[in-house]
Amino acid sequence: MKALSQKRRHPLAAIALLLMGLLLTGGLYAVATTVNEAKASTTTFSANDAEEGGKLFAANCATCHGMGASGSKDGPSLVGVGAAAVDFQVGTGRMPMQMNGPQALKKPVQFNDEQTHQLAAYVASLGAGPAIPEEDLTNGGGDAAAGGELFRTNCAMCHNAAAAGGALTRGKFAPALADVSGKHIYEAMATGPQNMPVFNDANITPEGKKDIITFLKQIETTGSPGGADLGSLGPVAEGLFVWVAGLGVIIAFTIWLTSRTS
Amino acid sequence: MSAASTAEPAFVAKTKTGRITDFVDARVGGSGILREFGRKVFPDHWSFMFGEVALYSFVILLLSGTFLTFFFDPSMAETHYDGGYVPLKGVEMSVAYSSSLNISFDIRGGLFMRQVHHWAALLFVASIAVHMLRVFFTGAFRRPREMNWVVGGVLLILAMAAGFTGYSLPDDLLSGNGLRIIDGVIKSIPVIGTYISFFLFGGEFPGTAIISRLYMLHILLVPALILLMIVVHLFMVVVHKHTQYPGPGRNDNNVVGYPLGPVYAAKAGGFFFIVFGVIALMAAFFTINPIWNYGPYDPSPVSAGTQPDWYIGFVDGALRLMPGTFGDWHVEQVFFGHVFTFNVLLPALVPAGILFTVMFMYPWIERWVTKDDREHHVLDRPRNAPTRTAIGMAGFVWYCVMWAAAGSDLIATHFGVSLNDVTYWLRALFFIGPVIAFVVTKRVALALQRKDREIALHGRETGRIVRLPHGEFIEVHAPLDEYKRYKLVGFESPQVLPAVPNEHGVVTRKEKRRAFLSRWFFEDRVAPATPAELEAAHGHGHEAVEAAEGSRSLTH
Repeated sequence: MKALSQKRRHPLAAIALLLMGLLLTGGLYAVATTVNEAKASTTTFSANDAEEGGKLFAANCATCHGMGASGSKDGPSLVGVGAAAVDFQVGTGRMPMQMNGPQALKKPVQFNDEQTHQLAAYVASLGAGPAIPEEDLTNGGGDAAAGGELFRTNCAMCHNAAAAGGALTRGKFAPALADVSGKHIYEAMATGPQNMPVFNDANITPEGKKDIITFLKQIETTGSPGGADLGSLGPVAEGLFVWVAGLGVIIAFTIWLTSRTS
Repeated sequence: MSAASTAEPAFVAKTKTGRITDFVDARVGGSGILREFGRKVFPDHWSFMFGEVALYSFVILLLSGTFLTFFFDPSMAETHYDGGYVPLKGVEMSVAYSSSLNISFDIRGGLFMRQVHHWAALLFVASIAVHMLRVFFTGAFRRPREMNWVVGGVLLILAMAAGFTGYSLPDDLLSGNGLRIIDGVIKSIPVIGTYISFFLFGGEFPGTAIISRLYMLHILLVPALILLMIVVHLFMVVVHKHTQYPGPGRNDNNVVGYPLGPVYAAKAGGFFFIVFGVIALMAAFFTINPIWNYGPYDPSPVSAGTQPDWYIGFVDGALRLMPGTFGDWHVEQVFFGHVFTFNVLLPALVPAGILFTVMFMYPWIERWVTKDDREHHVLDRPRNAPTRTAIGMAGFVWYCVMWAAAGSDLIATHFGVSLNDVTYWLRALFFIGPVIAFVVTKRVALALQRKDREIALHGRETGRIVRLPHGEFIEVHAPLDEYKRYKLVGFESPQVLPAVPNEHGVVTRKEKRRAFLSRWFFEDRVAPATPAELEAAHGHGHEAVEAAEGSRSLTH
């Protein structure tokens, strides 16, 4: 202790202290991120996949994301985004982007499953990140009621309680979730594409994600028990309907009832 | 009343039914009432039937609502759902929400009745609104109907209150969010706001009392008041008799139409079932308020697309349009250590306050400006009262801007535009929309009046081109028949009433203001074609008409 206090004014003491602080924060951060990281890695990639993916990447993605996916002023670095991000973005057609806009839009996919797999392998090889989830987490079979509660608490404010989508600021929006595959829903939660926040495994456990997917698939297959759902958009759609269709039909009847008079 | 029983004391009916009928009639005087009401004459026009639609919707609301009370439990006690809807199985919720779900999924016909009740509620308020628009734009609120206009306005407010209290009952996420906004609005009232909120909710929001309190208001107080107001409203309709559109043989001293019995009784009876049928079809095929989507109320989540039902939408829209800051200046201010939330208080109360105040006062405003205290039973065609029509459209557009703002998020997603831009545009339209509407409507009304005048004087263009012997081409105008012409010329076109001194010979400031408004109302006017002008147009050819037109000022 005495030796330490004597050396506290040593010219290198400040640097040593800084180094220790950095090591401590870095170490804690590393522990924290591995705890929070969405772990579901089982999909295996061969070295060949990564190599082929690298070629595809250079030809199709590097213009914006930079050589080696290190990013440019037109697109972010993809080091560490993980295979799940690639599988979601490319697998739903959002990437490659057609044009710059408030957010990348879903469109017909540009790559087949094998090419998507290779691209994912390449990006995954650049740095650790959320992997493509296992099938038993994404094809339902969880607790729909628990999933519904998680969905209403975490997702409904943007995606609407019935997953019909909703508006965000400046032309951005949260899309409707009907017809989105369980895998893509999972990947979206794990990687937070576009404006969506990341829901890591500490935030919503893989089981919770599975429950949410179960809930979404359940309401999708159940359909609307009360008849046509008018887009599940809530009172605005209902008001529009009663004014246009309801009152419209009533007015047609009033005209008919009073048509045979002076 | 006594005519039926005393006129022929020796009368004995031949059949048993006849004797029973006579017995009852002799005691309640039914035939006298029937004779009085059966002879009531109603003019026929489709636009006169919206009040009926509202009345029938109300009857349907009473019937379907009674069914719902059999199964609804307005308790906020906690329970775990154990009904037929799987995605909510085992979820913790209030008994109110659970019983609403049971009505939807486990009571036979329950979902249908819920949807009938809710669609009927939307139609009820919508038909009241359209009815009021019709009354306003045709000038039916003028003497002697000013009071009935006010009663109608009160009915609109009561209908909104009935709708809102009902909307909140299922205790789902959507209705809870609506209540939260109301709570916020109440709390924004300076000084007393928090007290009112705590009294209303029985403590801090949401408490455990609000659903049962709203339930009592919804099924007892509000419907009773609506019923009372309907009785007053209809009583005044009977006293005043019905208005009619202008036409040959119609004036302020008569009513031209069919008697209630049997024609109107049959039509109205049939129309009730038509309205019921339309609502039933909507309820059978289109879902409304799918409470199972929203989940139980919990103060933390808010779903995208959370809106009130349409009739509260304009208040919600005004809240959405209000900016929280102007540059660096915050609308929410702290005075004497108390927070004054003007960014909630102003949009929630001011536009609705202006709208309803002007609406209630309008008959007296117009009466004061025009000094017109005569009874009016013949309606104005909207174009023949250009300034009134323009004022109405300005108010309507103002309302619609706020109404649209309540759906700003859906406008953004469905038209692929930025939510921010929608808000900016609507903010601008909030101020300039009514002005544009006023100017455009007034010009359109005046143009239509000129067109009417033109047609009355020169007849209808037939599209038939004739070449005269000396080579000139003319288009043949077909003269109108008298009935059609009457409609085009038979209206009043008030003139500007300049300020006049009172009995002391003084022109008061108030009178000057009135004169200013009178000029604003009536300086732009198109006079109806006079008999002399018609005579000139039809008798002597075109030169005479031009001379007649030139001699009077058509417009400014």
